[in-house]
Formats: sequence, C-alpha cells, structure tokens
Amino acid sequence: MLQYLRTSSPAVLAALGQHVVLALLPVLVGLALALPVGYLAHRFRWLYPPLLTISSVLYAVPSLALFVVLPVILGTQILDPLNIVVALSVYTVALLVRTVVDGLASVPPAVTAAATAVGFRPLGLLLRVELPIAVPVILAGLRVATVSNVSLVSVGALLGVGGLGALFTDGLQRDYLAPIITGIVLSVLLALVLDSAIVGVQRVLTPWSRMGER
Amino acid sequence: MSVLTDVAAFLAARSNWQPENPDGITARLLEHLQYTGIALAIATAIAIPVGLFIGHTGRFAFVAINAGNAGRALPTLGLLSLVVILVGIGLVPVIVALVVLAIPPLLTSTYAGLQSVDRAIVDAARGQGMRERQVLLRTEVPIALPILMSGIRNATLQVVATATVAAYVALGGFGRFLVDGLAVREYAQVVAGAILVATLAIVLDLLLAGVQRLVVSPGVSGRALTRTTPRKVSL
Repeated sequence: MLQYLRTSSPAVLAALGQHVVLALLPVLVGLALALPVGYLAHRFRWLYPPLLTISSVLYAVPSLALFVVLPVILGTQILDPLNIVVALSVYTVALLVRTVVDGLASVPPAVTAAATAVGFRPLGLLLRVELPIAVPVILAGLRVATVSNVSLVSVGALLGVGGLGALFTDGLQRDYLAPIITGIVLSVLLALVLDSAIVGVQRVLTPWSRMGER
Repeated sequence: MSVLTDVAAFLAARSNWQPENPDGITARLLEHLQYTGIALAIATAIAIPVGLFIGHTGRFAFVAINAGNAGRALPTLGLLSLVVILVGIGLVPVIVALVVLAIPPLLTSTYAGLQSVDRAIVDAARGQGMRERQVLLRTEVPIALPILMSGIRNATLQVVATATVAAYVALGGFGRFLVDGLAVREYAQVVAGAILVATLAIVLDLLLAGVQRLVVSPGVSGRALTRTTPRKVSL
C-alpha cells in the first residue's frame, strides 16, 4: 500500500485533480440551470408535474449510458471530458429543479405577502426574500447532488475519463488492491470535504438560522 | 439520424425478444431483474428494521443521518472492483455493491418517515394503551409510509440504473448492451440498452407508485379530503 502510494502519487494526484473538476463543474452548471427552471415551475404550477416526470426519467438513465450516448448527440469525441460534465450536469439539474421548487414553496405565504406589501417587486422579492429563505432546502439538495456526483464521476473510467475511477479499472486489471482502496478513500474524503464546504456556505448565507441556537 | 433507425431496428428485431436467445432482450431483462430484486430484498431486510429501530427509539440517530451521506459517497465502481478482487468474479460482488448503494436511501427515508410523525399522535397512541410494538407498527409506520415508500422508489431507481455495472465484471443484464456496444463502437446497441434501462426504471416506479396508492391510508395521503389547494408533493 505505502509502496504504491510512494511510486504512484503523481498519478493519483492528477486523477484526484481531474475528479474534483469533473464533479464540481456540473454542480455549478446544474445550479445555474435549475434556479431559473425551478423558479418558472414555482410561478407557473402547471409546469411542475411535467418537469417532475422529465427529471425522474432523466435520472433513471444509467450514467454509463449517458456518458456513451452523449458523444453521438453532441458530436464530441468519446474521450472528451465534456461528455462527463454534460451528463452530470443533466443529473444535477434533474435533482435540483425539485429542491428549488420545494425550497421556494417552503417560504411562508405571509412572508411573501408582507414583502409585497412593503413594496418589493417580483424580482426583488425573489432575490432578496424568497431565495434567502429557500437557501437551506436548496443547499440540502445541492449536498446530495455534489456527493453523488463525486461517486458518479468514477463510472467515467470505463470510458477512459473518470478521475479517481481510473484507479479502480487499473486495480481490477492488475488484480491489485492498493489503487482501489486509495481511490475509494480519496473519493469518500473528497465528498466529505465538499459536503462540509456547502454546510459552511449555508452557515454564512443564513446567519439567522444560528440565532436560535443556545 | 441513422443511429435512431438502427436503435429502432435493434429494439424491433424479433430474434432479440425470443426467450431462448441468451443475448436477447428477454434474457437480459430477467438477469437485470434478478440482480435488482436480490439486492433490493437484502437491502430492505437490513435497512428498514434498523431504520425503524432508530426512528422509534431515537437512539443512534447519527447513524441514519450520516449513513445517507457517507453511503452516497462510496463509489459503486470502486466497491465492485474491491469485492471482485477479494472474492473473485461472480454474482456476489455485484450484489454487495448494489446493496451498499440501496441501503442509504432506505435507511434515511425510514428514519425521516418516523421523524415526521407528530409526537402528539405517538403520545395519544401510548395513552390509549398501545404497546411499543403496536405504537410502531400500527401508528408510526402507517403515517410514515409515504416517505418510506419514496425511499423504496428512490432506491429501486438507483439500483436499476446501476445494475448495468454488472456487465463490467462479465455478468449479464441490460448493461451488456452498453458494454458490448461500447467495445465494438456499435452505438445503436448502447442507445437501445439505455432506453431499456430507463424504461424498466420507469415501469418499476409506476408499479411502486401503484403499490403506494394501495397501502397508504387515504387519511394519510390526503385522498380522503376534498382537495382545495394543490397537494404538496412529498419528498
């Protein structure tokens, strides 16, 4: 195990770096897409049921299949990391649209009524009242999406671009446990670090939630 | 799009549907259902009793909360590779990987379901003279059922989609179409495989939604009431 880490640490670090990028980029893209879509579904309730169906269908597509099919749709090379990023963004959007709607729905009607009464226009109401109150619910969804992205990136290794997943295929081919254990440990640690980072962001964004703590 | 016509041809080919054809869709479907079924049965047998215990007693709650996140972070492919090296190629590694995948959503939703039950209702049940077992099985579980069912549906969805990795370690299931198609760059087969998996996931989810409608009491689901406001969709 130590022997392996000594000889292969540059390769492991490179895989870790790729893993971070492949897992995080989709989270940002997904959030940027899910916010407006979720808002529309919140404003126009009839949009919600079909959106929910579409997102469950998208979520049911196996990641491996999406990784392989996307090059055909996008016209990219099969080894292009873009495929992974787009595929994981799709999953992230599918997951987050629902949480954004739930988050906006969690805003008490009395609060929006009061905000409207003191003169907030729809955009100000959304940005300065509704979204801040919805932050805990939305970030809870974001945590799930981030953690599962970290785990899903490795599947890309079956196509040759999978960050830490490359350690799994490598270990399996060589019948060698060290890279596999390294990959699993780093993957779980990465997920933990990113998860705690989001919790930290939430504490900063919702200072009022700590007021009640004693 | 010639790929699309190829996909249609693949899905429509009669030979692909004959049960005798070991590489056909019917045979692969049965394998896929087998992995999914075994994994879900084992995961349910472990996660639901544990979740009920934690939710009812409130002890070890951190296990239920953290298992959700830590379990999700475990890469299925890594776990699969690990178990393959430890015990060799076969059904065991696939089932282990899928069980580990299914436990977190089941455990968390069982716990969250019981947590969602109004404490006053539990007190009332106790006040009426129900024993702990009855409080759990006849009061808490029926009320928690919608959230519990959503956890089962979620776990099923993930297991069906992920059972495709079985093909990576030389087993069958719909994943074969993906892995084989990829190996020979026959995208029609890959796309067909993806469509089959997604369809299976949706069909199973609809079936479970039907079960949910049957087992959840109308008083809990809100169907017994006349709906004046749009019903909030449960988690």
